[in-house]
Amino acid sequence: MKYLCLVYSEESLLDTMPDSDCLEYDESIRKSGHCLASEALQPVHTATTVRVRDGKVSITDGPFAETKEQLAGFYLIDASHLDEAIELAAKIPPAQVGSIEVRPIRPIREMARQGK
Amino acid sequence: MVEESEQDFSKKLEQLYRNEFRRVLATLIRLLGDFDQAEEALHDAFKAALEQWPQQGIPENPRAWLVSVGRFKAIDKLRRDSRFDTFDEIPAQLDIFIVNPEDEQDECLEDDQLRLIFTCCHPSLSVEAQVALTLREICGLTTEEIARAFLIAPKTAAQRIVRAKAKIRDTRIPYEVPAHEQLPERLNSVLQVIYLVFNEGYSASSGHVLARHDLSAEAIRLGKLLMELLSSEPEILGIVALMLLQDSRRAARTTSEGDLILLNEQDRALWDRDQISEGVALVKCALSLSGFGAYTVQAAIAAVHAEAPSADKTDWREITGLYDVLLRIYPSPVVELNRAVAIAMRDGPEAGLALIEVLISQGQLEDYHFLYAAQADFHRRLGQTDQAILAYQHALKLAQQEPERRFLQKRLAELHNK
Repeated sequence: MKYLCLVYSEESLLDTMPDSDCLEYDESIRKSGHCLASEALQPVHTATTVRVRDGKVSITDGPFAETKEQLAGFYLIDASHLDEAIELAAKIPPAQVGSIEVRPIRPIREMARQGK
Repeated sequence: MVEESEQDFSKKLEQLYRNEFRRVLATLIRLLGDFDQAEEALHDAFKAALEQWPQQGIPENPRAWLVSVGRFKAIDKLRRDSRFDTFDEIPAQLDIFIVNPEDEQDECLEDDQLRLIFTCCHPSLSVEAQVALTLREICGLTTEEIARAFLIAPKTAAQRIVRAKAKIRDTRIPYEVPAHEQLPERLNSVLQVIYLVFNEGYSASSGHVLARHDLSAEAIRLGKLLMELLSSEPEILGIVALMLLQDSRRAARTTSEGDLILLNEQDRALWDRDQISEGVALVKCALSLSGFGAYTVQAAIAAVHAEAPSADKTDWREITGLYDVLLRIYPSPVVELNRAVAIAMRDGPEAGLALIEVLISQGQLEDYHFLYAAQADFHRRLGQTDQAILAYQHALKLAQQEPERRFLQKRLAELHNK
């Protein structure tokens, strides 16, 4: 089963964490075969939010919601159950200063193919 | 004669149902991988038993019979609507067609109850959901009974259970006993649920007191089941002892009108001696094991009270010593407050008052009426009536539960009449 691990943190705290820590874990989880994709994001000041209302595109500066912790990156992982996903998420270095939201992937394409 | 044996038979079936349905359900959840399918299969299995056993007699191993029949009824159903729902579900559903004789052995079945407990109390579920699911799936309470016990609408209780089951399914919470290194933390979550259920019944102060009393009995039963399944964990012994020792005072802690009676004013003849001796034995056992924690120490404190022949003869030295231990294991302002009360009993109200003033100056427990009730009591015992009245009034503003409010009002009336 696939889970998306969303990495949230205050950016100032994340800055105190050396990139090498994150790279090291990234390499090890990729080697383990559990990682399907992973990326770090540019800081939140680079965010642009796009909405379409009545066919009109509106563009605003900044993230969808102003919160203390910002989305900083993600791991798309494959785990056999939630406990394994939690174990993998707990090892993501920013978990020590921020938090990781673990969400199962909804198999939307597979379900569409089944005509559901 | 025939009628009597029929009666015996239906009694026997009823007893069997009560003894076995939890275990059978726990195993069916593992085999079928789904709570709802398992509940349906359990129902079908008992229905088949009611039809077949009167003619064929009760099988040698009724539990295994019920598990097998339940599983085959579920497989039948799956075959009938044999279109698999999604590609994802195929492997999971194929599994249940493969009958492995080991699956139904007794040892494996015992583990299923433990699996069910840990799954229902998984920390990724909200505590309310853990409690509702545990009472529904492990204790076998109906949704209506759960709603009544927690003073919530049946719809709310049903929703909590449905959502919890959906989260277990959609996030794939495993049906497993946690690995050794995760056990302490996961066990905490189970103990928290048990103690919450117990307290919900024990501090029953409004609503259907009887229905809520049953919750305490249910929590003790659950604790004892856990004790059977995981005997080497001291904190399980500790929590069962704590519940037994608190429950032993049930008959003495309220008047017939439902007013609270404080520990030192209770009629100790009303304390349940059987529960006390069972609790004390468990505390001793827990304290002899390494790795005991806060539940065990709280039980040890309750045991000192339980063994004191009267309030005056309580060993306050022992109790303050145990609070020191508790504070090291579980530092919290509530424990500090309880320790202050014990020290006041040992060294006099001035000593207690000094400790309470420290807590107040630190801004701790600002909304906790017991803090001001204790402060009031110390002033009262020192004859400082005005300060006592002020503190009781403060406590009354914060107290929520009716019996506690009545108690504080009674104390205030006594002081005003002085």
